[in-house]
Formats: sequence, C-alpha cells, structure tokens
Amino acid sequence: MSEATAQEAEEIAMRQRAAGVLAGASTAELAECWNAWPNRPEVEYLRGPESGLVMVQGRIGGSGDRFNLGEATVVRATALVRGGGLATECVGTSYVLGSDPDHAGLAAVFQALLADPGQRDLVLQQVIEPLQSRQATVDAGSRAQARATTVNFFTVARENSGGVEEDDE
Amino acid sequence: MYVAVKGGEQAIANAHALLASRGRGDQSQPAITPEQVREQLGVLVSRVMTEGSVYDPDLAARAISQAQGDALEAVTLMRTYRTTLPRFGTTIAIDTAGLPSERRVSATFKEIPGGQQLGATFDYTHRLLADPTEPLDLEAAVEEDEPMPRVTDLLGAGALLEPVTNHAEGEDPDPDPADLTREPTVFPMSRAERMQALARGDEGFLLGIGYSTLRGYGGTHPFVGEVRVGEVEVEFVPPELGYPVSIGRIEVTECQMVAQFVGSSEVPPMFTRGYGLAFGRSERKAMSMSLVDRSMRWEELGERKVAPANDEEFVVEHADAVAATGFVEHLKLPHYVDFQAELVLIRGIQEEIRERQAEATESEPELEEVSR
Repeated sequence: MSEATAQEAEEIAMRQRAAGVLAGASTAELAECWNAWPNRPEVEYLRGPESGLVMVQGRIGGSGDRFNLGEATVVRATALVRGGGLATECVGTSYVLGSDPDHAGLAAVFQALLADPGQRDLVLQQVIEPLQSRQATVDAGSRAQARATTVNFFTVARENSGGVEEDDE
Repeated sequence: MYVAVKGGEQAIANAHALLASRGRGDQSQPAITPEQVREQLGVLVSRVMTEGSVYDPDLAARAISQAQGDALEAVTLMRTYRTTLPRFGTTIAIDTAGLPSERRVSATFKEIPGGQQLGATFDYTHRLLADPTEPLDLEAAVEEDEPMPRVTDLLGAGALLEPVTNHAEGEDPDPDPADLTREPTVFPMSRAERMQALARGDEGFLLGIGYSTLRGYGGTHPFVGEVRVGEVEVEFVPPELGYPVSIGRIEVTECQMVAQFVGSSEVPPMFTRGYGLAFGRSERKAMSMSLVDRSMRWEELGERKVAPANDEEFVVEHADAVAATGFVEHLKLPHYVDFQAELVLIRGIQEEIRERQAEATESEPELEEVSR
C-alpha cells in the first residue's frame, strides 16, 4: 500500500468512527457540543436536512441470502462551514436514523469541521471522544444488566427412570 | 361498481370530532404523550414498526396515540406515511451476531457458549394481574461479556443442520432480493421475497398459521435453536461518500427454528431451518414467522404440499393486515347502488316465481277434480 492510500484509508476510518458516534449520540448531546464550540463558523446547508428512508436488509438464517426486512427513517444533511477558525471552506455529510432534522444537521457540521486540518483534533477531543465514551458507559451498563439474567438450567432425572429412559428434555 | 356519494360533510366532521373526544376520554385524566407510549408500550411500538414496515419508534408511538391503541390502524398510518418519503438506498445487511444480545436463549442446547441469557422477558412470569409497581432495582453482573456464537453455526459445523444457503455452482452466491413494495407480486416467490412478506405480515395471522403447523396441518415438531433480542448497528454506503458508515442502531428480534427432515437418496437426514426476523421486541412474531417460513419450503425440501401453511400464495396474500383490513372494512362504506341493483334483481326473481305459482294454482282446481 502506497503512503497516499494508507493515509486515505486512515482518513476514511476516522470518518467512519465519527459517523457512528455522531449517529449514536442524541440531538441534545450534539447541540450541547455545538453550543460550547469556540469560535463557531458560519453554516450553510447545501442539502437538507431532509427526511427519507433506507431499506434495511437482513440475511435468511442470519448469514444466508439477503432479504428486505423493512424500511427505516433516515435524515441526511450536507453542511458547508466557513469563517470561524477555519482555513478554508469545508463540507461534511451525515446520514442518521430517525426523523430528527437537527440530529443530521449537527452531525454534518461536525463532519465538515473534521475536514479542516486545524479543527480536526479539537472535534475528536471535544466531541467524538467524550460522546464515544459516554455511549460505551451506557452500553456497559445495559450489558451488565442483561448479563445478570444469565441462567443455568439443569435437567432433573425422572423419578424411577433407570438408564434407558433417562431423558434430557 | 362504485358510485360517488355526496353530502354528509357536517356529519363526517362531527364524527371525527367525536372520535377525537372519545380518544381523549375523561379530560380530568392527563393526556398520554407519544413519548410515554414509546417508552412504556415498547412491545406495541415494536409491532407497529414491524408490520408498518418502517423502523422509527417515535413515529410508531405517534401512530399508536392517534389510532387510540388500534394496532392495525397505527400500522396503516405508518404505511401511508412511508409513501411520502424518498428512499435514499439500501443498507448493508444487518449482522445479528454483531452486537451482544440483551436476550439469547436456546431450547436445543443447555450449555451454549455465551450462556442462556433471559433478558427482558415475559417468560416465567406468573401471568397474574399485579399492582403497578415502580421498577425494581436491577442487579448488574460483574462478570465479563462472552461472545455469543449462533447456535445454528455450532450445529451446522457438524453438518447436522442444512447449510444456510444452497446455491448451485455458477449461480450468484449473494443474489439481490426483489422488493415486494416496488415490484408486482409473482408466484412462486423466492424465499427472500417470502421473508419480506412475512416480516410485514400480521402477527395474529402468522401465529395462527404457525400454530396450525404444530397441530398437524403440514408441520414437523420444531425446536427453537435460538432466539435473540438486541440492538444491531445499521451500516449504509452513502453514494456521495462511497464507504460504509454506521447510521445508528435498531433493535431486532431473531428466531432460528430447527426442524426435522427425513432426507432423500441424495441428502442424508439432517435438521432444516426456519427463520424469523422482526423490528424491536417481537418474539412471538419472529417465532411464528420462522414456523411459516419452514413450512413454505416444502417444495425445495422434496416434501408434500398438504396444509394451508404450505401454500405460499394463500399465506402471503392473506398475511398483510393493511390489505385485509382495507378489504374487510370497506364493506361498511356506502354500497347503496350495488345493493340497489341486487335488490331489483331479487325482487324480479321473486316476482317471477310468484307469477308462476299463481298460474299453477289457477290451473290446479281442474286437476283436483280429476284426481277425485
């Protein structure tokens, strides 16, 4: 892999991580981050935020042929940011499940800020990392609650049953 | 024949106002918010999303509130709403083994890697009415998560279960499924198309058909290989980005049914599969779906078609609650002209019969005399 493509792959991986975190966060959390943002740039929406659907596919048997399970609502937005502490104009795109235009709108703004070399680390530190760890804490909590329901069934041999009739049901 | 009726505007407006007032009930009681419905009637929200075929808990909660708790009316609202939205594309197929499940049980093996995890279940409750209580304090486990491999993969590894796909060489190993919402229904369907129809199908109908297979109408005695309930990540490739991104999570319920199969001259006896998948917490739906899926595979597995559950056209054409409701409920709308036509016809026939009878009685006295 050449240096350029390695860098590109790294960039895509960072954006994928950010997209997942921004989609998983609540609109209120994103609004909080945006309100606290120092030197906020001017935002222009090139597209949306607009509502639509994606068809969610599953696989028969979990890993077999694909089938159309049903649709899910999605909001998407493409934001252009300029001014503030930005060196140039930057563009970001987001797709988020649900029907909340503000969620996609704010996610697109942070994606756009990530494209600016001067802002990237700040977005990662101030937005992505805290939201990711908050999500991880929530997940760990619900997993621990779910794990508490782990059960060990044991089968009881039937009375008077000898050898052959002994049966695990 | 349908003929427009006119008038009645004021009565209809009043009827809708009355409906809203009945829906609001006693005004001294606080109104239920859709947020409360979403949080506290989660199982109903799941059903409305699954059969409405749109995942959006907020919208489903709104639909349930508006429909005054009528699940099928709410499903219809969801289906209608979806037609107003453009489709941005198709997701990458969700990976149901991807995230740790909240619930995961198997009826086939006691000891499974990752363990039997009951999760939030009505199973083992006493089914007795109880006073509403505040949520109990939940204990949290201290032990670490363990990976939960699919039970069917464990069975499949020993070749005791049929492979999950069975494409002949040269066939597309990952065919694009046809979409019933965009293409006309043509029978026989592919299994993937049937799965879509079942996923949208009415829970009660599929439960009944699934139940019939257990009672001897064309089924075998199956086992629940695995039931999972949990959140999965939804990935989508936005065309303008060109790489997959997570767009959020959805909760799904999955059922892997394991059924018997006698085998043939080419295939040794092994277990066969039925599959069910539904949005949210929809265990009864996913289980029913997997039973019906298995029974509609009779042809593929060289079985005989003996029962309603084997008849894909019968099942698929009658499983959709929106279609069924539409047709059944339209019968109460004005049919005055239709009925008038039949009325005239029946009156005519009866008149004719009476005339003939009258003619017959006029000539009868002579006959009577003769017989005397």
